[in-house]
Amino acid sequence: MTRSGNGARWIWVFAVALALAVPWAFHNFQTGRDSGFVLSMLSQMGMMVILSLSYNMLLGQAGLFSLCHATFFGIGGYATVHFLNAAGAGSLPLPMEVIPLLSGLTGLGLALIFGYMATKQRATAFAMITMGIGELMATAALMFHSFFGGEGGVTTNRMIDHSLFGLTYASGMQVYYLILVWTLICAGSMYFLTQTPLGRMANATRDNYERAQFMGYDPRVVRFLQFSLSGLFAGVGGGLYAITYEIVTFDALAAPLSANALLMAYIGGTTVFGGPILGAVLITLLQSGVSLLSNSWLVYVGVLFISMVMFAPAGLSGLIIAHGPIAAAGRLRRLTVPYLRLVVPFLALVLGFVGLVELMSFLTIGAAQGKKLVLFGSAINIEATQPWLISVVCLLGGGAWLRWEARAFHRVWESLTADLKQRDRV
Amino acid sequence: MTALSLRDVRKNFGATEIIRGVTLDIQPGERHCIIGPNGAGKTTLFNLISGRFPITSGEISLNNTRIDQQPPHLINRAGLSRSFQITSIFQRLSVFENLRCALLWSMGYRYSFWSALWRQKALNEKAEFLLEDLNLASRRDIPAGLLSYAEQRALEIGMTIAGGASVILLDEPTAGMSNTETDYAMALIRRVTQGKTLLMVEHDMKVVFDLADTITVLVYGQVIASGPPETVRSSRAVQEAYLGALEE
Repeated sequence: MTRSGNGARWIWVFAVALALAVPWAFHNFQTGRDSGFVLSMLSQMGMMVILSLSYNMLLGQAGLFSLCHATFFGIGGYATVHFLNAAGAGSLPLPMEVIPLLSGLTGLGLALIFGYMATKQRATAFAMITMGIGELMATAALMFHSFFGGEGGVTTNRMIDHSLFGLTYASGMQVYYLILVWTLICAGSMYFLTQTPLGRMANATRDNYERAQFMGYDPRVVRFLQFSLSGLFAGVGGGLYAITYEIVTFDALAAPLSANALLMAYIGGTTVFGGPILGAVLITLLQSGVSLLSNSWLVYVGVLFISMVMFAPAGLSGLIIAHGPIAAAGRLRRLTVPYLRLVVPFLALVLGFVGLVELMSFLTIGAAQGKKLVLFGSAINIEATQPWLISVVCLLGGGAWLRWEARAFHRVWESLTADLKQRDRV
Repeated sequence: MTALSLRDVRKNFGATEIIRGVTLDIQPGERHCIIGPNGAGKTTLFNLISGRFPITSGEISLNNTRIDQQPPHLINRAGLSRSFQITSIFQRLSVFENLRCALLWSMGYRYSFWSALWRQKALNEKAEFLLEDLNLASRRDIPAGLLSYAEQRALEIGMTIAGGASVILLDEPTAGMSNTETDYAMALIRRVTQGKTLLMVEHDMKVVFDLADTITVLVYGQVIASGPPETVRSSRAVQEAYLGALEE
C-alpha cells in the first residue's frame, strides 16, 4: 500500500517537473525565442487536463454521463472575454492571475442552475437532459450577439496591464506558466475533493444509489453538488482558453467539445484519478501532431476510442494499473517476450489500416488539395495497385497474426494472475 | 411508546392489492420476525416501511413520528436502517470505504467537501473498529464486490447498523448461506443489534424460533397471527396456512 503510494507520488513530482521543463527544451537559447507551436500545444494540454478531469468528476466518480460539459467551459471562456475587456478598460480592478477564478465562478453559477434541473434524474434521463442543455446553450450562443458575439465570437486583449507579479503576458511562455499554475491548483483541488465525504459519497451513489439513500444521504443532493463543482473547474478551464486565444467562439461550448471531454476522460481511464490527465495529453498530442501530418486524424482518434471501449474499458491508466500486482510480485519480466511478440503484428495492423485510410483520403481530399502522398522520402502513386495491395495484406495479415499472438499473451497473463491469486491465499 | 407502528397499511400495484391492511406494533428492543410463504408481501412491507415505495393508504410511525410520506434518506435519519434481500453494497469501493460511508451521515459530515477524510480520527477509528467487529479486517482494502457471498452479507449487516439507527430491518440476512455461515451470521446479528429494535424477514424456521421475541405471520398481504413463538407455533391458522404446508 505505502509502496504504491510512494510510487504514485513520484509520478506526480515527475509530471510537474516535466510540465515545468518542456518549454525550455524547445527554447532556442541562441535567438532567445520560444517554440510557439510547443507552447500553444502545452497550453492547450493544460486546459484540456482541467476539462477532462472535471468531466471525470461526473463520469468516473459519480457515474453521471453528461453530454454538456463544454457548456461550463464555454461560458467561463465567454465571460472571461468580457472580464478581460472590462479589466483592460479599467472598470474591473483585478490582476490577471485571479481572473480565472471569476471564470470558474461563472461556470459554477451556470452549473448550479442546469445542475438543479439535470440531477433530479440519473442514468439515461440525466444524459438526455444534459444533451438538451448543451443544445440550448449552443443555440443561445448563436442568438444572443451582445454576449456571445454570434458566429464570429467575442475577442479581447489579455494585456490588461495589471498583474500581481508585474507580468505583461505578452509572451506565450508567461501565459503557459499561468495556465500551468491554474491547472495544478485545479487538479490539486479536484484530487482533494475525491478525499472528502462528498467525493466518497459520489462514488457510493455511483455504485449503488439506493444503499446511499438508506444511509441518510439524498443522492440528488450529492449529484447536484458534484455537478456544480465540476462546472466550477470547467469554467476555470474556459477562462484559461480565453486568456490564451483572446477569442472565444461557438466551438468552446458546442457539442464536439463535450464529446472531446468524454473521449479524453475515457481513453485516459475513468477509474483512476490521473487517467483523464493522460487522456488529455494524448488527445492533444494527436490533435496538434497528427493533424499536421494527416487529414484523417479524427478517424484515428475515433478508432482509438472504439478500440478502448471494446478492449480496455478501464482506459490507458486502467491498463497500467492492471500490471501493478504483477510488478509488485517481481514477475513483470515474464511479460517481456509476450509483449515483444505483439509488436510486429500490431505495427503491421496499424500500417495496413493507416495505409488504407490515407490512400482513400488522398484519393479524395488530398487530390482536391493538390497534395501528394509521400512515404519514406518517395512519392507514392495512389492510383497503382501495389500500395493498396500491401495495405490490405498488412491489415488482414497483421490482424490475424495479432489475434493469434493476443491469445498466447492472454494465456500467459491468465497463468500469471492465477499464480498471484494462489500466492495471496497461502 | 412503540418503536415502529403500522396502522392498516395497504399497497396496490395497479389493480393488485399486495399488502391488505397490516397493523403491527413493535416495542423498543423487541426482536420481531416476519414469516410467510413466498409472495406473501414480506419484502414489499419492508419497502413500504423504509420508504422505498409509497404506501397506498394507512399510517406508519417510527418512535411515534409519522414517516410514511418521507423519502428513504429522511426515514434513515429518523433512526431506521435496513438491509436488502439481494446484497446491496458499494461494489467498487473497498470494504473499509463501505463502512466509512455508512458512518458519515450519523457522524455529522453531511455533504462536506471541505473536510479531508484521512484526517477524521474518530471516524476512521470507528470504521476500523467495525471492520474488526465484523471479522473483515484482513479484507480491508479489497473492493467489496470481490468478497465472498457470506462476507458481503456480513459487510451489509455492518453497514446497516453502522449509522446507529435504533430500528433495524433485515431482509433474509441468512438467505443462501450454509449452516455454519448461518450460525456465524446469526451470532453477528445478535451481537451488533443488542439493545436495538430488530425487524427481520426470515425463511429459516430454526433461526426464527431461536431469535424472535415475537413472530408475525403474513399470508397474502394480511397478518394471520402475531405473538410469542409458542403461541404462533400452536396457532391453528398458521399451521394450516403455512407451517403445515412446510411439514408435509
